[in-house]
Order: sequence, then structure tokens, then C-alpha cells
Amino acid sequence: MWMAEIPVFVPFFVAAAVALVTRGPLRSVLMLAIIAVSGLHLWLVPAGIEVRVSFMEYELIPYRVDGLSLAFGYVFHIAAFISVLFALHLRDTMQHVWGLIYAGSALGVIFAGDLLTVFVFWEMLALSSAFLIWARRTDRAFRAGMRYLIIQVVSGVILLAGTLMYAHSVGDLEFGFIGTGSPAGWLILLAFGIKAAFPVLHAWIPDAYPEATATGTVFLSAFTTKTAIYMLARGYPGTEWFVYLGAVMACFPIFYAVIENDLRKVLSYSLINQLGFMVCGIGIGTALSLNGTVAHAFVHVIYKGLLFMAMGTVLHTTGTIRATDLGGLYKTMPFTALFCMIGSASISAFPLFSGFVAKSMIMSAALYEGHHWVWLALLLASAGVLDHSGIKIPYFTFFAHDSGIRVSTVPRNMMAAMALAAALCLFFGIYPAWLYDLLPFDAVYNPYDLTHVLAQTQLLCFAALAFVYLNLTGIYPPELVSTNLGAEWLYRKLGRRLIGAVMSWVRGRDSGLRAAVMKRVNGLMLYLAQLHYPGGRMAITRPTGYMVIWVAILLAAYLWLLLSFPNEMAGSDHH
Amino acid sequence: MAERKPYLFDNPRNIKLVIYALYAICAVLVLLDFIVHRHITHEWEGLLGFYAIYGFSCYVFIVLGATWLRTIVMRDEDYYERDDARSDGEGEGRHVDG
Repeated sequence: MWMAEIPVFVPFFVAAAVALVTRGPLRSVLMLAIIAVSGLHLWLVPAGIEVRVSFMEYELIPYRVDGLSLAFGYVFHIAAFISVLFALHLRDTMQHVWGLIYAGSALGVIFAGDLLTVFVFWEMLALSSAFLIWARRTDRAFRAGMRYLIIQVVSGVILLAGTLMYAHSVGDLEFGFIGTGSPAGWLILLAFGIKAAFPVLHAWIPDAYPEATATGTVFLSAFTTKTAIYMLARGYPGTEWFVYLGAVMACFPIFYAVIENDLRKVLSYSLINQLGFMVCGIGIGTALSLNGTVAHAFVHVIYKGLLFMAMGTVLHTTGTIRATDLGGLYKTMPFTALFCMIGSASISAFPLFSGFVAKSMIMSAALYEGHHWVWLALLLASAGVLDHSGIKIPYFTFFAHDSGIRVSTVPRNMMAAMALAAALCLFFGIYPAWLYDLLPFDAVYNPYDLTHVLAQTQLLCFAALAFVYLNLTGIYPPELVSTNLGAEWLYRKLGRRLIGAVMSWVRGRDSGLRAAVMKRVNGLMLYLAQLHYPGGRMAITRPTGYMVIWVAILLAAYLWLLLSFPNEMAGSDHH
Repeated sequence: MAERKPYLFDNPRNIKLVIYALYAICAVLVLLDFIVHRHITHEWEGLLGFYAIYGFSCYVFIVLGATWLRTIVMRDEDYYERDDARSDGEGEGRHVDG
């Protein structure tokens, strides 16, 4: 009955179809059950399975299982389960259905063995996720979703162009190491880079994620970017400049996160910062650093989901997510506060929490391979993580000044989802061996040695001390109602202005040209009118005698011609 | 809604307690530097209290940097929406029902 060859995205699409036709508790149970069964199915699938089909002259591999894809496959199941659980209270078929299609598409990309299959799921990923933004059903979200979709589809189109070039030059579509040695490799990298939030290409994350629904952002934070990280890890491991790119990605968003007022936008910047660590790990390219990237993606999906859930819960129950409106929520949301702080401790990489056991591998790898400056930058980024995700998020939401907001109840399914994620954060932090067993590459690492634990604890505690110092002295910048310009300015303002300027220039030229032509036409019309209007030359009524005279003149002329040239006139008749 | 009981951090003493606990932890961590023998990869790691000083100064640098960043990038909250509203006037109505 059971077949290892059944691709894992199939159960998700089945679940989406089931969600479409069922309602209420039945739908809830079925969605969760199908994901759980799919997870069990994947757990039993051995590495090395391949499904091959022929398509035109190419051989496609729509389903391929190996160590790297399995690790991502497991965590995507965990993320899908938690995200669906978190969204159970909704009576919104649209979000349930598209959420499941979205998760299924991500799994489709992860287990695709050729670039054409990747492309198909890549575009499904883009479209299905846009619905999670539109599901907010506000004009603002509609616009944000549109911008998001355009960027995602552009990424897909670039991927298709790169794939065609790749197929033409290599003669094969199999997705393995691609590298930056050919134009096709660069194009495909650009497509992945958009989704992986490379600097300047990153703007869609802080632009779109905070606009999605309270539950939708939990889905969004898990799949798209981690799918891209997987693609980079498979196609471009050991690309030297990724190390520096990753360091930049890890550092620049933290400054934005400090001054941002929308707390889900803070988490979006934080997401880019975390991707920076992963990209760095891919760039270093040793077994240890690649394992670190996979482990970091794994635990990151869970704790970032937890943080987005905590903020989603706050948005759902209070109706706002602006730091300026919040504060003192620990009084009525103690458990949400607790779960949020577990997520914060995990992302800040405190020992015994999941971030520590993963991030340490990338940091150590950077140090072993002699990337000292990058290592220092990553340490700076770690202090930054502590600030925006470790302190700012829980502090301004649940503590700080009392906003006076009192929350009566939090939906039970939201609590359950957060509790599950929090438990996993602790579990992987305390028993890293369970995580390390899932990693695809061969590298031994022990995060809990005394030197390392002490170093990390010192770094974090003194950074926290700095927060206390800056807060007590009033240097820490207050939250302000504002928009902070980022790369999205390029298309939301500059692009808009440019297009506006070009259009108005074209419109000016166009109207000038039309005016000139119309002037001519009008002149002509006027001239004709003058001819025909009363008093015009054509409007003169002439007496009949006039006509008789003219006929007589014509006849006389004819007669004269006939008499003067008789031969010619007669001759013409004979010809 | 009337408050029935004062909450944990309504009492300033409890806030102080948390801060003092942090001071104590930091003090212990620095003292441990004298006792624990580190095996280091980079020479700076061997400096006394390197991670503590670096963590503290990075944090201050980030916060000051971000405060400075505000002077460049900060705009009104409806900075982009104003454009949207303007183009709405020209464009056709939209439906966003799912």
C-alpha cells in the first residue's frame, strides 16, 4: 500500500482540496492529520529515491530525495503543521487552501531534481503566497501583494531564462552544482538571490510580510526564503563572495530593525539578518559551515515562526502591531509573553536554546577558515539580533510602559501552536544531537564546550547590559510613528516618479504633436468654411446668364481650336 | 476594567531586582574569565573580557548608528500612501474581496 515514490507535495495538494470542500472541525482535523501523515511518510522515505520521466528530449526528475532535501523537508512539515494549527480558528477557506498549496509548492521545489520542475513549483510558490497577503482584504494589503507578486514572478521569469540557457549549454536539466562560471549560472543565481533577499533585492520582505494576515505571515516567514537558501546551498556552495555578502546581509538590517515601529516589520528585517548567517555559511562551503546553514535554517524556521506567531497573536487580539501603541501586555497575555521570550532567546542564540547550537557552527566555521573580519561582523550581528528580536520585540510589546490594553482571551489553537514551537526551540537547544543527526554533511561539532558557552553568554549579557545602560540614560531611541525608507523606495517612489516623469514627457510631446496637427486641420476647416459661409467665394449665387456666357466662351474656344488644327483633331479620331 | 491586583512589574522594586540580577550575572561572567582556560582560535579571543567589551560596544554602536540613520531615512508614516491615494483618484475602483 505505502509507496516511497509518492512525492511529499501530493498530500499537501490533497489537503488543500479537502480544505476546499470541508468545513469546521472536520476540516481542522483533516488538515492536521494529512500533514502529520505526510511527515510520517517522509520520515520513512530513504535517501536516494528518484523518479525520472522523459519530456521532449530532456529527462526530468520531478522527485528526488537526498540528505539535504530531507532536512528541509522535515522542517517544512513542522512549519506547515504549526502554521496550520495557528490558523485553525479562521473561518477563511482562502487562507487555509492557499496556505497548504504554498507549503506543498515549497516541498515541490525542495524535492525537485531538475530545473524545469523547480521553475514550475517556484511560480506556484509565488502565486499561492500572494493570496496570504491579499487575504487581509485591505487596499493597502492588495497593493503590497501586487508588488510582492510582481517581484516574485520576475524572479521566476529570470529563473526560466537561466534554465533555458543552462539546458542549451549543458544539455541537461538536472539540478546539482551550478556555480557562477557561465551567464546561465549568474541568471539562475539572480533568480535565487531575489528570493533569498540579497541586499537591494531584499525590499519585498519588509514591504510585504508585515502586510499579510496575522496568520499568513507565519506561513510566509517559513517557506519562500528558506527554499531559496536550499537552492543556494545546492547550486552554489563555496562561492567565496557569499561570505562577504552574507556578512552585509547580517549587519545592515539590524539598524533598520532598531528604529522600526511596526513590530512585524522588525521581524522581517530580522529575517534578512538571519538569512545573512546562512548565506555566509554557504559561502564558506566546508562541511561544517554547510551543516551550520542547514541547521540554522532548520531551527530558524521554528523560532522565527514562533516570534511571528507571538506578534500575530498580539495583532489578532489587540488590532495593532505598532510598538508605539503597545506595552504592558504581560499582564493579560503572560503565556504569549513567555513563548515570545523563548523565541527571542532562541534567535539571540542563548545557550540551551535552539539558535545557539546552529549559529555556533557557522561562526566557528568562519573562524576556522580564517575569515576574521567576517567573524567580527557576525558577532556584531549577533549583538544586533539580541537588540531587535531578543529585547525590542518582547520588551516593547509585553513590558515597557503600560499601554492600558487588556486582552481577554487568546484563541486556544494559537496558544497550542506557540507552545509547540517553544517546546521545539528548547528541545533542539538542549538535545542538539537530534538536530545534528538530520544534517546532510559529515562534520563533528560540539556546541557545548565551556569556552564557547562562556564567550556567547558574555557577549549577550553585556549587550543586554548596554541596553539597560542606554535605556536608563535615555539614549535608547524612542519608538516613533514613522516610515523608514529602504530599497523599496527605489520602486515605490523613484520608479514611480521616473515612470511618472517619462509618461508626462510622452504626454507633453504627444499633446504638442496633436495640437500642431489639429491646428492645421482646423485651419483647413476654417478656410473651407470661409469659402462656403455666407459671403464666401463658393457661396456666391450667380445668375443664369453667367452660365450661358461661359458656355458660349467654351464653345468659341473649342471652335477656334478645331479650325486652327483640323488634322490633329480629326486624326485623333482615326487612331 | 478595574485592576484587581498590582502586576509583577508595577512594583519598581521588582524591576530593580531584574536589573541587579543582570549586573550580578555580568560580574560573574567576567570573573569566570580569570578561572576558565579558553582554547582560542583568534588571538583577540584571548584578551581579557574580549567578548564582554565587544558585545557592549557593538550594542552601543548599533543603537547610535540606528539613531543617526533616522535622520536620513525617517519620513511620515503615510509617506507612500499619499502617492497611492493620489493615483486612486485617477484610477478605477478596486475590489479586494477574496
